[in-house]
Amino acid sequence: MSAVWDAVLRLYGEYGASRVGLALIDYDAAKKLVILRTSHATVGMVRAALASITKVHDRPVAVHVLAVSGTIRALSKKMTRKYA
Amino acid sequence: MKRKYADLHVCLDLENDEHVACMIRKTSELGYQLMAIPLPQNLSEEKIRTLQDVCREYKIDFASRVDLRPRTSNELIKSLRKLRRKFEIIAVMCESRHIARQAAKDRRVDLLSFPGHDRRRGFFDKAEAELASNALGCLEIDLKPLLTQGGRERIRLLSSLRREVATAVDFHVPVIVSSGASNELLLRKPREAAALTSLFDLDEVSALEAISKNPMAIVKRNREKLSPKFVAPGIRLIRRGKDC
Repeated sequence: MSAVWDAVLRLYGEYGASRVGLALIDYDAAKKLVILRTSHATVGMVRAALASITKVHDRPVAVHVLAVSGTIRALSKKMTRKYA
Repeated sequence: MKRKYADLHVCLDLENDEHVACMIRKTSELGYQLMAIPLPQNLSEEKIRTLQDVCREYKIDFASRVDLRPRTSNELIKSLRKLRRKFEIIAVMCESRHIARQAAKDRRVDLLSFPGHDRRRGFFDKAEAELASNALGCLEIDLKPLLTQGGRERIRLLSSLRREVATAVDFHVPVIVSSGASNELLLRKPREAAALTSLFDLDEVSALEAISKNPMAIVKRNREKLSPKFVAPGIRLIRRGKDC
């Protein structure tokens, strides 16, 4: 999560970071899946911040957004439909 | 209708088959329908066919591209004369103002690329944009430097990109956003690439066009021109024979 916050801070500064309302909802280490919550008005900002992450603890990584939804229930449905 | 996305700049190590397959697979998985690979000018037809086969295997369309780095205008004109009919996309790396001007006014050039460290020199100004607008040239922006640079370097890059994009929009020069990736971790999904372009003030619709409609239009136009049936823009051979 610190990598995500760092990316948001790097790109948008503290003012931008204060607008995104970022929160970690779920993290599945085995599947390498994370569910993040953000304000719907700042989805683009978070998407850009996630795309700008190239390293976590000096290890090269790439973060991709698999789905965006308004509720966790709809998100699970979407994920099941897409990746089941 | 569903958008078709294209990445016109995926750099492959053509000697390494595993790397080639891995990059092509990843580009396809990320949702691109077309990818262009910069090729050496003297690459054999057989190697190109192999690349096409690998792309077909991963269900992605392949477009051949050549990157020109001429030192003089004459060298550029010579290369264009030699290569225009061999490659679907011709990009010119504008490393001097002189080359940038020549490339912008030549209708055979598809993409104007400016190296990341040279962007501050501001080769893509109003005069350049006007020439490019008349000659159907497009401004290419690679995302790789945006991802790999940080701190002040990235701030300067974003500032230059913002200025260039605003000039391109003013003069109706199409913008193309490509990954410029040389490894799979630098590839981004089309929506993510579009989100990154918001950093240099490209609006969402233009950003999506920069990775779908604009690159597709270049490839379509050039494929039509390279087709043996092409006569002139808008005119093509439908049938040949005595009864025509």
